[in-house]
Amino acid sequence: MVRNNRVATVFTHLLLILGIAVMCLPIWLTFVGSTVTRAEIIQPPLPLWPGDQLLLNYREALFGGRNAPVLQMLWNSAIMALGIAVGKIVISLLSAFAIVYFRFPGRQLVFWTIFLTLMLPVEVRIVPTYEIAVNLKLLNTHAGLILPLIASATATFLFRQFFLTIPDELAEAARMDGAGPMRFFKDILLPLSRTNIAALFVILFIYGWNQYLWPLLITTDPDMNTIVMGIKRMIPSADDYGNWPVTMATAILAILPPALVVIVMQRLFVKGLIETEK
Amino acid sequence: MSGRVVFRSVWLPWLLVAPQLAITAVFFLWPAGEAILQSTQLPDPFGLSTQYVGWENFDYLFGDRYYRASFLTTAIFSLSVTALSMGVSLLLAVLADGVIRGSGVYRTLLIWPYAVAPAISGVMWLFIFQPSIGLFPYWLKAIGYNWNHVLNSGEAMSLVVIASAWKQVSYNFLFFLAGLQAIPRSLIEAAAIDGASPWHRFRTIILPLLSPTTFFLLVINVVYAFFETFGVIHTITAGGPGQSTMIMVYKVYADGFIGQDLGSSAAQSVILMLIVGVLTIVQFRFIERRVHY
Repeated sequence: MVRNNRVATVFTHLLLILGIAVMCLPIWLTFVGSTVTRAEIIQPPLPLWPGDQLLLNYREALFGGRNAPVLQMLWNSAIMALGIAVGKIVISLLSAFAIVYFRFPGRQLVFWTIFLTLMLPVEVRIVPTYEIAVNLKLLNTHAGLILPLIASATATFLFRQFFLTIPDELAEAARMDGAGPMRFFKDILLPLSRTNIAALFVILFIYGWNQYLWPLLITTDPDMNTIVMGIKRMIPSADDYGNWPVTMATAILAILPPALVVIVMQRLFVKGLIETEK
Repeated sequence: MSGRVVFRSVWLPWLLVAPQLAITAVFFLWPAGEAILQSTQLPDPFGLSTQYVGWENFDYLFGDRYYRASFLTTAIFSLSVTALSMGVSLLLAVLADGVIRGSGVYRTLLIWPYAVAPAISGVMWLFIFQPSIGLFPYWLKAIGYNWNHVLNSGEAMSLVVIASAWKQVSYNFLFFLAGLQAIPRSLIEAAAIDGASPWHRFRTIILPLLSPTTFFLLVINVVYAFFETFGVIHTITAGGPGQSTMIMVYKVYADGFIGQDLGSSAAQSVILMLIVGVLTIVQFRFIERRVHY
């Protein structure tokens, strides 16, 4: 039997707490940085305990802002993240349904075309994608933020795998009762996929929220910036002290929504993460 | 598959896959085709006309000292990010797997950095290591070390590696923990009865049984370091100082959007596509194999 002595257990816990402290340190310092005055930041060292400027700094970030008010950027991020998550799920559900429940010529071709998108992350094809988006008048629009990122091979595969595990008898019974394919989809497949949809939603929401390069290219108007990319313009350059507290408040505001989603929906998040990578 | 009940319709399946195919065609296949086309062309300085140049862009790229350097930079960067984030998360996962009480709490506290965008991670680490106001440079100065990643390329590389690896620890931790929890206790206990020390047990039983997870994470982390760390580089160093943190994905952007060298940028895109293709195939082969176990 593996011995579990008290000293070893305490030691393990101490190491774990130390590890967590190291992992959380950057966030803690960022939070502290968002609660102090500019003067306190310019004169190092940074205090290790929050100051009393929290409300002031967050108010300035949310409603003032150097480029666009953070509130506006949060709104754009929310639209982008929700649009990408919902869009990807809808598109993938429909195509997985078609691939699993229909036999049509070119089915394999469709499957492989979708597979190809896995191999082409936006980072490797930015210049031509940008040109196409500009030609389609998508610059500075919410559609421009969402559409190019909405096709998803991963989500399609996930739903395909899941549909293949659903017993044939269900479809057979539905057919015998005279239900058409869309009726079967709506009344049987969708309710069965509920957990999968929710788990995938968590992952895709975070994916959409955390996009950086694409919003950087497609939004030139500060009012269309998302928070994750908009913060870049708020970083003080090396020789100007800028307004670090407001920048740090913005960073915390950018982390908060996805972090809450992860913590509140932890079980779904873990399920989604492990299944999308299978 | 053959026994599966199917619905019959000629037009419905096409209607169902239409949105996916339309997006794929417009935003994936078309730009990929454009990239391949542009990689064989050279626009004139005013962008009014283009000329077919065949392999010239590629020849030029491979002759370019900076491009070859960015290969090496990318390799060093990805290997460091992968090693650091996987090492730290394996250690944490082994520790968390060993405790009976409170492992749920530890997991919650360790997974939420996953939610932090690479760009935001970059901003936070930049704040901590900012040469004139950062807390760490202040501490380092106290022990006689002068930190300045704006001028020192080694320090710049370390900083982008730390900022990229930090964000990825949560992800690796979750998978390592799941992998560890799937190892039968009886094996470990049998080894313990035979007198194997904890380190020996780890090396000869746990590590080999964890190898599928490790290999999977290796691929995922390399892909992450290659393609998703753009935000970290852009916020912290913008490829500098000099070209010391110019990873390939960043160079596509820098040459295409800042340098306006479209032919070269397109050729780089094509090379990156080939690399993603290879990585995807490696990933899929491996996953197929795992499914058959």
